[in-house]
Amino acid sequence: MKLRRFGGLILIAGMAGLGLLLPGWSRFLLTLALARGLLVLGVALLMQAGLVSFGQGLFFAAGAYAVGFAARDLGIRDAGLGVALGAGAGLGIAALTGPLLARYRGIFFAMLTLAFSMILYGILVKAYRITGGTDGLRIPPPTFLGWSLPEEHLGSGLYLFTLACTAVMVFLIFRYLRSPLGYTVRAIRDNEVRVEYLGLSVSRALYITVLLVGAMGGLGGALSAMSVGHVDPNLAYWTTSGEFVFVALLGGTGNVFAPLAGSIVFEFLRTYAYKYIPYTWQMGLGLVMLAIVGFAPGGLWSLYELIARGMSGWTWSWKRGV
Amino acid sequence: METALIILTDGLVYASWLFLISAGLTLIYGVLRILNLAHGSLYALGAYAAASVVLLYFDRGLWPMGSYLALLGAALLVGAVAGPLIERGLLRWIYGRDPVYQLLATYALFLILEDLMKLVWGVNPYYAYKPYGLLGIIRLGGIPYPGYSFLLLGVALLAGGSLYFFIRGTRIGRLVVAMIHDPEISAAMGVNVPRVSLLTFTLGAVLAALGGAFTAPMISVVPGLSVEVIVLAFAVVVIGGLGSLEGSAVGALLVGLVRSLMVHRIPELELFAIYLVMAMVLLLRPHGLFGMEEVRRV
Amino acid sequence: MDVVLETRGLTRTFGRVVAADDVNVQIRSGERVGLVGPNGAGKTTFLNLITGYVRPNRGRILYRGTDITGLPPRVITRMGIVRSFQIPQLYPGLTVLENLLLAIAARSGRGLDFWGPLGREHAVAEAMELLGAFQLADYARRPVGELPEGGRKLLDVAMALALRPTVLLMDEPTSGVSTQDKFGVMEVLMEVLGRAGVTTLFVEHDMEVVYRYAERVLVFYNGRVVADGDPQALFADAQIRRAVLGWE
Repeated sequence: MKLRRFGGLILIAGMAGLGLLLPGWSRFLLTLALARGLLVLGVALLMQAGLVSFGQGLFFAAGAYAVGFAARDLGIRDAGLGVALGAGAGLGIAALTGPLLARYRGIFFAMLTLAFSMILYGILVKAYRITGGTDGLRIPPPTFLGWSLPEEHLGSGLYLFTLACTAVMVFLIFRYLRSPLGYTVRAIRDNEVRVEYLGLSVSRALYITVLLVGAMGGLGGALSAMSVGHVDPNLAYWTTSGEFVFVALLGGTGNVFAPLAGSIVFEFLRTYAYKYIPYTWQMGLGLVMLAIVGFAPGGLWSLYELIARGMSGWTWSWKRGV
Repeated sequence: METALIILTDGLVYASWLFLISAGLTLIYGVLRILNLAHGSLYALGAYAAASVVLLYFDRGLWPMGSYLALLGAALLVGAVAGPLIERGLLRWIYGRDPVYQLLATYALFLILEDLMKLVWGVNPYYAYKPYGLLGIIRLGGIPYPGYSFLLLGVALLAGGSLYFFIRGTRIGRLVVAMIHDPEISAAMGVNVPRVSLLTFTLGAVLAALGGAFTAPMISVVPGLSVEVIVLAFAVVVIGGLGSLEGSAVGALLVGLVRSLMVHRIPELELFAIYLVMAMVLLLRPHGLFGMEEVRRV
Repeated sequence: MDVVLETRGLTRTFGRVVAADDVNVQIRSGERVGLVGPNGAGKTTFLNLITGYVRPNRGRILYRGTDITGLPPRVITRMGIVRSFQIPQLYPGLTVLENLLLAIAARSGRGLDFWGPLGREHAVAEAMELLGAFQLADYARRPVGELPEGGRKLLDVAMALALRPTVLLMDEPTSGVSTQDKFGVMEVLMEVLGRAGVTTLFVEHDMEVVYRYAERVLVFYNGRVVADGDPQALFADAQIRRAVLGWE
C-alpha cells in the first residue's frame, strides 16, 4: 500500500516536472490531454459496467459552458470555483438524465446518451442569445485564488492545476474501484440478475456511477475550457463523444492510468497526423481503431502489460490489494 | 386549412426521407445484430455517386427524364459494390464479438469512408440540381410546392412496398425475417447464414444509398452529410424498434409529422422534435414501438 | 413451529404450458424440504415464483405472514429468502474471494458504498471460513473460470449462504459435484444451516441425497404438488416411484 502511494507521488512529481520543461505547445497538448482524459476515464468506468457512453460530450459541454457562463455573467474567473461549477454542472445533468439512462443497456443506453448530448447541442446552437450559438463563448484567463498569473506563466499554471485535479480524480477512482460499488458495477456487466439476487439495486448502482462519470466529465470540460479559452457547441456533438470512446479503446480499460495514457498518446498523435496527413488523418484513425479491435482489444495498455509480464494473458491490475 | 395540408405534406415528405435512411439500418441490425455506424457514410456515398452520375448524364445530353433512372442506378451501383465489400471485408470478422467492438469497428469504417470520399470527390460541394428542377412546382391548395418532394415520397413508398413484397412474398425474404427473429434456430434449420447476411447487408446498403442518391438533387453534396444522417436514422430506428421494418415506417411517419408540426407552429423546437418523440416512446415502450423483447433465462 | 413460507393457489402459465397449477404449500420454520419430480414438473418455476423472478398469474405467496407476491427479487432477498442456482450464477470477471465478498458486502448493506474497500478484515475472514468449509480456500484469489464445475456450484451456494438467509432455496445443489464429494458437501451444508436454523428447500434429482437430508418431500408433477410427506413413506409408494420418479 505504502509503496503504491509513494509511487503515485513520484509519478505526479515527474509529470509536473515534465510539464514545466516541455515547450509551450506540447505542454498545452498535455494539459488538454489530461482534461479530456477525465472524460475518457468516464467512458472506461461505464464500460466496466458493460455500457458504452456515446454521449460524453454532454458532460464535457456542460462543464465547459458552466465556466463560460460563470465568467461572463457572474464575473467568476477563479479556477477552483470554475472547476467546482463545471463538476456541479456535469453532476446536475447526470442527476437529471441518470434515472432514464440507468434503465437501459447495450445499444439503447448508447443511443440515449448520444441523443441527450445532441439535445444539448441543439440547445446550445439555438439559444444563441444566451449561449452565443455556433460562435460560442470566450473564456478569459482564469485566476488562482485571486492571483492573476502573468501571461508567460499561465500555461504552466493551468497545467499544474489540471494535473492536480486529475490526480485527485485518479485517487478517487482508485478508491471507487476498490469499494463495494466498484465491484458491484463490474458484477453487473458479468451477471446482472445475480446482483439483484444479492439484494442490490442494479439501477441504483448504475445511477451512482453515472453521477460520478458526469461530475468527472464536467470537471474535464471546465479544465479544457480554461485552457483553450473558448467553448462552442461542437463540444456536445456526437463526434466529440465518439472520440472519447475511441481513446478509451486506444488506451484500454484495464487500468486507471490507461485512459489517461491513451488520451495523451491520442492528443499528440492527432496533432501530428493532422499536420502531416491533413486529408487522411481520419482514415488513419479508423485504420488504427480496426487494428486495435482486431489485434489488441485491450488497448495499448494491454499490449504494454503483455510485454511487461511476458505473455501471462490476464490483467489483474484492477484487482489487487483485496 | 391550407396550412394543415402543407403540414401534412411536409410531414409525409420528411417521413419518406427518414424511412429511406432508417430502413436499411434497422434491417441490418435485425439480421446481423450490428448497429452500423457507417450507415450515414453509405448514404453519403450514394449522394456523391448520384451527383457524379447526374453531372455526367447531363453532359451527354441524354433524355432528361431518364436522369431519375440514373439516380436509381447510382444507388444500386454503390450498394452492390460497397455492400459486399464491407460485409465480406470487415463485418464477417466481427460477427458475434462484443457489441462494443462491433460498434467501434463500424465507427472506424465511418472514419475511413469519410476520408475516402474526400479523396475521391474532394471537399468542394457538388450540385446536381437538374433532376430537381425538372419536376417544377406543383400547386398544393394554392401554395407552391416542389414537385420533386413527391418523387421522394414515391421512391419511399416504392422502396417500402418492394421490401414488404420481398419479405412476405419471396422465400429469401422470409428467411431474412426468420433470421431476425431467431438466428440460432435459423442456422440450425439449415439457412445459409453467410449468404443471407451478405444479401441483407447489401440490401441495407442499397437503401442507404438510395436515400442519398435521391436527396442529392435537393442539396449541395458536401463532406459531413453522413454525420447528420446517422443520428436521425438511429433515432428513428430506436423509436420503431430495432430490427423492425414496420417500426421504421411508423417511426418515420411519427417523427415526420411531429417535426412538421413543430416547424410550422413552434420552430424553435424543430431540432428536438425527433429526440422528444424518442424519449416519449421509450418511456412508454422501452423497446420501441415494435421492438422485440429478449427473454432472459435463469 | 410456525409457518414461515406459504403459497396459496399459486398458478403460472407460459402460453399453453402450465408451470404451476394451484400450488398450496406450507413450510414450517427450520424444515428441510426436498423438491422432487421429473424435468419440467415445475420445481424451478416454483423457486422463480417465490423469489419474485416470475410473477404468478394467480395466487399468493406469504412470508412470515406478509404477502410478498409480486415483489422483485432484490426486495425478497433482503427480506431473508435467498436462492442458489441450478446453473451457477457467478461473476467471471472477479476472483472467487471477490465473488463472496460482494455477497457479504451486500448483506451488510454496503453493496453500493463507494468509499472503503470491498474486503474488510472480518469480511475476508468470514469469506475464507466459508470457502474453507467447501474446500475452495485454495482457489480464493484465482479467477472464477479456474474452478472445476463442482466448485462453481459450491461457490454459488456459498454466495447464497453468505447472505445469511432465513429461508434458503437451492436449485440442485449437488448437480455437477462429484459423487464422492456430494455427501461431504451436504453434511457441511446441512450442519451449517441446521445450526443457524435456516429453513431449507432444495430441488434435487439425486434421491439418495434427498433421502438422507430431507425431512419432508414435495413431489411435483405437471405443475402440481402430487405428494407431500415423509421421504421414506413416499419412496415406498410404488405409484410415485414409477410415475413420477421414473423408477421401476
